[in-house]
Amino acid sequence: MADTAKPKGRTAARSSGTRRRGRKDTSPGLADEKPDTLLDYYRQMVFVRRFEERTAQAYTQARIGGYCHLNLGEEATVVGLMTALRESDYLFTNYRDHGYAIGKGMDPKRVMAELYGRTDGVSKGWGGSMHMFDTETRMLGGYGIVGGQLPLAAGAALAISYRGGDEVVMCQMGDGTTNIGAWHETLNIAKLWDLPIVFVVVNNFTGMGTTVERSSAEPDLYKRGAAFRIEGERVDGRDVLAVRDTAARLVERAREEQTPFLLEAWSYRMKGHSVVDPAKYRTDEQKDEARSEENDPIALFGEKLTREGILTDELRDEIAASVKAEVAEAAEFAENSPHPEVSTLFDYTYATPVPNESTRMPADPVFAE
Amino acid sequence: MSVITYRQALRDTLRAEMVRDENVLVMGEEIGVFEGSYKITEGLLKEFGPRRVKDTPIAEEGFVGAAVGAAMLGLRPVVELMTINFSLIAIDQIINHAAKIYGMFGGQSSVPMVIRTPGGGGQQLGATHSQNIELFYSFIPGLKVLAPSTPAEASEMLRAAIRDDDPVLFLENLGLYNSKGEVADDYAEPDNDSVATIGRAKVTREGSDITLIGYSRMAMVAGQVAEKLAEEDIDVEVVDLRCLRPLDRQTFVDSVKKTGAAVICEDDWLTYGIGAEIAASIQEGAFDYLDAPVRRVAMAEVPMPYAKPLETAALPSVESISTAIKETLSAVGKRVG
Repeated sequence: MADTAKPKGRTAARSSGTRRRGRKDTSPGLADEKPDTLLDYYRQMVFVRRFEERTAQAYTQARIGGYCHLNLGEEATVVGLMTALRESDYLFTNYRDHGYAIGKGMDPKRVMAELYGRTDGVSKGWGGSMHMFDTETRMLGGYGIVGGQLPLAAGAALAISYRGGDEVVMCQMGDGTTNIGAWHETLNIAKLWDLPIVFVVVNNFTGMGTTVERSSAEPDLYKRGAAFRIEGERVDGRDVLAVRDTAARLVERAREEQTPFLLEAWSYRMKGHSVVDPAKYRTDEQKDEARSEENDPIALFGEKLTREGILTDELRDEIAASVKAEVAEAAEFAENSPHPEVSTLFDYTYATPVPNESTRMPADPVFAE
Repeated sequence: MSVITYRQALRDTLRAEMVRDENVLVMGEEIGVFEGSYKITEGLLKEFGPRRVKDTPIAEEGFVGAAVGAAMLGLRPVVELMTINFSLIAIDQIINHAAKIYGMFGGQSSVPMVIRTPGGGGQQLGATHSQNIELFYSFIPGLKVLAPSTPAEASEMLRAAIRDDDPVLFLENLGLYNSKGEVADDYAEPDNDSVATIGRAKVTREGSDITLIGYSRMAMVAGQVAEKLAEEDIDVEVVDLRCLRPLDRQTFVDSVKKTGAAVICEDDWLTYGIGAEIAASIQEGAFDYLDAPVRRVAMAEVPMPYAKPLETAALPSVESISTAIKETLSAVGKRVG
């Protein structure tokens, strides 16, 4: 088991709601890495950070509605996981999905337009924050029901296996998902049916406001595949290279061996559960911890690249400026995209049209003249 | 024409669709080695092998959801739920996922799957195995709900359901599996393209005195009621709803406009049941034509008891429906019997 980030003690973990980890840098070295690739990861992480900050801003300005869950603090996990997938691989996630959508290849402009509920959104404004979806990039959905995506992801893997394809499915979820029935049913089926799928638990230690220790009798979540003979590993989700390497290894094993794997990524959620959550259940100390540089994947990776002379101040500024411009462009694109016409309200009830589909508006009589 | 059972119509049609389309696979508990709790999948494992006939663990949420995911990638899974009561375990995947995926993602992915499942009381199975909860699914936009009442309809509607690109809940009935009826000679041919139109009800018997509306087993019972009352010179028009969503209101409203009175018979509970929607539609569509209040005959509102006399008393019957018809007709001063 790759267990590079052991908690210091469960008592401390219980009381803090987040977990401190060793400061020793156990992450992969950079000797074999291409500088451009590393800078690309860094830029992608910065992009997710700024995109989410812009999203939060637009949300508080009421440009974005509904629930809105951000990937702030989870950038290394997001980028590392997405880097491990091939374009032809499929992705299912939970509702904290903006970063994954972008990481899987969706146009950020169309992701932002979806957040704005506009026609140029990836789902034409029908999904919103929790439901990013794009058949072309094979991001088959953010899902808002905890655990709902698990059986679906197994089904996608079943279809791959049925056709003898070489794609793999990655199924992302939060730590709270490991206690719902769909988790148990799906992991069992995935192993029984030899499905090429990697289940990824992003453990940010808190399901909404309930800590892992308060919700899971076995809080070492990567061990919870054992009941199904599914190998599990844990990785430091603050470390983009560690996430990439571990995820890539499991994804390739799933592809080769046609069997499921489980990956737990420890990752900090910098803010509340959603934009509107002030996280009062966290103490000031816990909030500081979640936002500290020590746990900030971008600060950590930036520091490392700077130490190695790969990221200069000049490059950092350049990346910051180009990301800022691209995020602003996405927001402007979303702002200018048209709202959907009310006349399209009944366009997506059924894929195969049949007689007597209802197109009645709320006050219409059942029998129109 | 040949005469076969409803069960055989389903089995042979399912087989034909599997021959016709490589993307069709069947999944469910005990459908393979055991050959189906009600033997609808008899012989399929032997013919098609375990890749296309997948026995599942007892995990309705898991395997129904897996069927949804497989359908998103273009397979056409036909899932068997042993009884509709067990669909409650899978209801999140049916309502929150199968029914939502096409719309929620702006039409990017359809979900071409069928959930076959029998409802039906009257088998002394007690409270948790005798419910008729098709209402839950009929309530949900994005689902299509079919409820055939004869072998011929079962065959043509199953074919339609499998070839449709939307999630279909295909309601069977324990009380119909052994019922017999005529089917076309080529009903089991893979190249048979006579598919039922989803979303259409049907007048299955013309009459002038009163409209009797039912679906699934109750459509069959409605036919029996009409035959019996014909002997008493009461001319009953029977409407088989066939499809609970989308609901073809025009067909039964037109019938009521002709007869001036309606009785609805349903195997579910009355309060908030399917019949409530039918009755509301009739009052809105045929208000000026009604000579009497619309009457509903439905299950007694209790958890279904095991003891035979209690169970029989709780269920609608030819007698109770006949009584409701006669009372409705007397109320409007029409000659009765």
